[in-house]
Amino acid sequence: MAQLKVLVVDDEPGIRSGVARILRNFHVTYPFMDEDYTYEVIEAATGEEGIEIVDREKPDILLLDNKLPGIQGVEVLEYVKKKNYDIVVAMITSYASLDIAVKAHNDGATDFIPKPFTPQELKSSIEQITKQQYLKRITHKLKVEGKKVRFQFLSVLSHELKAPLNAIEGYLRMMQERQMGESVSEYESAIERSLQRIGSMRNLIMDLLDFTKVNFERQVEKSREIDLREMVSMAIVTVSPYAIHKDIRFVTNINGCGKIWADPNDFEIILNNLVSNAVKYNKTGGTVTVSVDCSENEFSISVADTGIGMSKDESKMLFEEFSRIRNDKTRNISGSGLGLSIVKKVVELYHGVINVESVADNGTTFTVIIPMVQVQNIKAEI
Amino acid sequence: MNKKVFTVLVADDDPDYLFQVAYHLRKSGYEVIPVESQGEAEQVISKIRPDIAIFDLMMESDDSGFILCYKLKRKYPDVPVILATAVAKETGITFSLNSEHERDWIRADLYLEKGIRPEQLDQEIKKLLKV
Repeated sequence: MAQLKVLVVDDEPGIRSGVARILRNFHVTYPFMDEDYTYEVIEAATGEEGIEIVDREKPDILLLDNKLPGIQGVEVLEYVKKKNYDIVVAMITSYASLDIAVKAHNDGATDFIPKPFTPQELKSSIEQITKQQYLKRITHKLKVEGKKVRFQFLSVLSHELKAPLNAIEGYLRMMQERQMGESVSEYESAIERSLQRIGSMRNLIMDLLDFTKVNFERQVEKSREIDLREMVSMAIVTVSPYAIHKDIRFVTNINGCGKIWADPNDFEIILNNLVSNAVKYNKTGGTVTVSVDCSENEFSISVADTGIGMSKDESKMLFEEFSRIRNDKTRNISGSGLGLSIVKKVVELYHGVINVESVADNGTTFTVIIPMVQVQNIKAEI
Repeated sequence: MNKKVFTVLVADDDPDYLFQVAYHLRKSGYEVIPVESQGEAEQVISKIRPDIAIFDLMMESDDSGFILCYKLKRKYPDVPVILATAVAKETGITFSLNSEHERDWIRADLYLEKGIRPEQLDQEIKKLLKV
């Protein structure tokens, strides 16, 4: 139960006590609201008194008569607007004057309650105002939360981008100042490390570009018929220089479905990330198995490796942005910590899910399951 | 005259940064204990009292550095701590130890942006060690 403060500014005592009486036992519910709203009524007989109470009590709703003995209702309204208070104002007015209505509207009055009003008229106005106020506050809250998420993202990003720069800069300075001697050979490991850091920074930047691409909505107009078999081969070709280096063997099982209707970019992101991870976190001489299975309702892509695996706790944070599992086994593997969070976002664009099963030191299997109906060419059928 | 050799505990999960800091500090005459994680740093703290410590902020968790500051100060209240991080000013996250309130929850003696020159770091350490 939440309570809203209603300030009624009117020089007629009958109106003020009427409002208090009508709202005393009134409450508003709304399907989206967590709780009911009730009302506490505060009364003011003049605009001057009204302003004083506005400053002191910060009411949520202001019911304002225009014709007052001292300053006029619209002046109180101007004051509220100037102070930028979060108050919804409704004018109570006995005679319709277009001038005042327009002015009041321009100054932010959202409702007009004709005088005299029936209890029902007042209640329905208050109900509207409450819903409006509720939505406004929720919107504001969501915006603040959105900003917070963006802020966290940026701070981690900045950390991840600056760390390699600091490292490379440090090595270059050591070289510039000949700190380890005159011979280039003294600096071999510094050069090697710098190149590695540049490589991982490049990966991060590529992933970030992907990330900005998929943060948008699914682009149906980019969909075309794609051959999954072909996409799997392409992903394997892309990663093969690295795979050859680690002596990794590929096995592919494509069962049934060949062609789907989707944005090829999206599936390139999914397959490239999963296949390259399967190589990256594999052991030398290991195997990567890529399987595609189709049933009537859904299809799945699974990528299994025989690599270092991970614990249950580690796999929980796997799909979060910038989460990287840090341990002795991953120390020399570079990654941005963005790949899987991107894959997850893309999979979700197709209303799919991604699962992970892993046994430490034994291997990991990622499985993407997407409903068939998401990748059928619906337009062609019509 | 025998000069005392100071021991510096350095914790940073960036192996390159750790290597460079350790390299420079050794060159400047310090004994360095380099560790790559909060966990390792805690083990060192439980056994050895360093003369000064330099902690990275984000290691296993985003606040590893804060936790280490706290734990070190609880065990050795007199050992000065430098908190170093690459978290940028650009993002609006800044820590400084200028107000009473900040000193209260960040238990470090100095906050440093990563990437400062080795000579500067050496000077800051000397200031904190009062030599």
